Amino acid sequence: MKRVGVWAGLLVVTLAFGYPFWWLVSASLKDRAHVFDNALLPRPFSPGNYVEVWQAVPLLTWIGNSVAVGLAAATAATVSSALVAFGFAMFRFPGRGPLFGVVLATMMLPAAVTMVPVYLEWHALGLATTQVPLWAQNLFGSAFYIFLLRQFFLGLPREVFDAAKVDGANAWRLFTSMALPLAKPGLIVVFVFELKAAWTDLVKPLIYLREPQLYTLPRGLKAVLDRFGEGGEEQWELVLAASVVATVPMVLLFLVAQRHFVRGTVTQHVE
Amino acid sequence: MTVSGRESRAGLLFLLPWVVGFLAFTAGPMLFSLWLSLTHYDMLKPPAFVGLENYREALADDRVGTALWNTVFFTALHVPSQIVLALGLAGLLRRAGRGSGFFRTVLYLPVMTPPVALAAMFLLLLNGQNGAVNAFLGWFGFQGPNWTTDPAWIKPGLVVMSLWTVGSTAVLYLAALTRVPLERYEAARLDGASPWRQFRHVTLPGISGTVYFTVVVNTIASLQVFTEAYAMFFGARAKASAEGDAALFYVIHLFQEAFGSLRMGYASALAWGLFAVIAVITVVQVRLSRRYVHYEGDRS
Repeated sequence: MKRVGVWAGLLVVTLAFGYPFWWLVSASLKDRAHVFDNALLPRPFSPGNYVEVWQAVPLLTWIGNSVAVGLAAATAATVSSALVAFGFAMFRFPGRGPLFGVVLATMMLPAAVTMVPVYLEWHALGLATTQVPLWAQNLFGSAFYIFLLRQFFLGLPREVFDAAKVDGANAWRLFTSMALPLAKPGLIVVFVFELKAAWTDLVKPLIYLREPQLYTLPRGLKAVLDRFGEGGEEQWELVLAASVVATVPMVLLFLVAQRHFVRGTVTQHVE
Repeated sequence: MTVSGRESRAGLLFLLPWVVGFLAFTAGPMLFSLWLSLTHYDMLKPPAFVGLENYREALADDRVGTALWNTVFFTALHVPSQIVLALGLAGLLRRAGRGSGFFRTVLYLPVMTPPVALAAMFLLLLNGQNGAVNAFLGWFGFQGPNWTTDPAWIKPGLVVMSLWTVGSTAVLYLAALTRVPLERYEAARLDGASPWRQFRHVTLPGISGTVYFTVVVNTIASLQVFTEAYAMFFGARAKASAEGDAALFYVIHLFQEAFGSLRMGYASALAWGLFAVIAVITVVQVRLSRRYVHYEGDRS
């Protein structure tokens, strides 16, 4: 009897959380007169919406920009955070504890506090209207990832590293040929988390990108929403088609890297 | 060089990227921002020192008051509803047995949806005339409100929308729940404890560390809410001001002052105001946690 209740609950959950996806895809395939009708299946079936939005805005360019920025951001974050995390995990030096405290403290700092001055820095460097600010900061490590990878490195057996040290391996060798391969699961977590963060971010593209040719997908989607959505030309079927295009890569990424996302989410909370 | 000296040097070399980044993108900008907040700066003329003028103006600015009220109101609705729903979902998932992987995917996929896509989608789902949410309420005889146009319902609408992405918190709670030893439930059952008492005296203390963590993190994030609200109600074609004001969150106001009006000094003062609000709320939460949070083992 109790199991019936549990399965009924799970069915409700599946419908409640799955329905908006179903609705989005279905509505993106309806014609203008039927976008709002909430019918489960698109009738008449209008896949032409995708062609139309594809011709109206440079979706392919935006996807390319998002891929490039996302890969740069994720690679930079993974490499630099791994370096710093290894430094904290493997070596003893004066001030290590307090420094790590500072790393943790920066996690609590509201992004809004540095939004204006960091913009002015990129402006001073002449890069304020390029894609560089969208990923280059990741070259310097990011607090949450440093924390996460440090946990990973601390979990590796120390004796292995000590033995290699006795054999004359230097710190760089220890890092590249021992620590990195062993920490691969952690590196994947960081990479997919940052890829997702870069792919979905709207704030930085709003601040930095002026040229539609440079837009990433979320910024482009906002432009589509402004032009075809409320207050615009009221062609919602195009907005929804573009939304599906922006969402599908993330859904695929999740299906491929599911356990890494869940692991990352769970590691977020280590007391 | 001694062994420990070499070790220090190596360690510090590995830390170098972070040290440079911290100076260039955190500590430096914080000092810069503090200085800017005492100036008028529009990027055309050099900053002009004005003392505390920006802070005085912010305190007297009605839009700051509106933005602050909206943000706190949203947070007060959003954080508890997220946590209660996430707890319920985690409990359900715990009992799903072999199917839990599938349901975890169902819950997590909305988290992967880009917020702008989410915004576009929910502008229609929450639509007062023919949106699916109100159609659903209609089945039960309720007349749903105009979630996207009635200023009184815009923030509750944003909260409803945010519940769709509760999956990551639910996954965290699920992980915490599986760490609560089953013997404790057995012992409680032997003592004749009702399900509610078991939840109250076994489950909650067992996961209070995780709940506390999510309260703090969600509160900090919620006080900085920006993307969905901005995508829905602001942008190239700003909507009628009544609606815009109801969704005017603090960081949106800050963003408009900084990058719309180029009032960099004033925006910096606003940023420090937000910092102060977040710091105070976090300190209060830390104080409260000392009374209510139980940690396993590691704290004595």
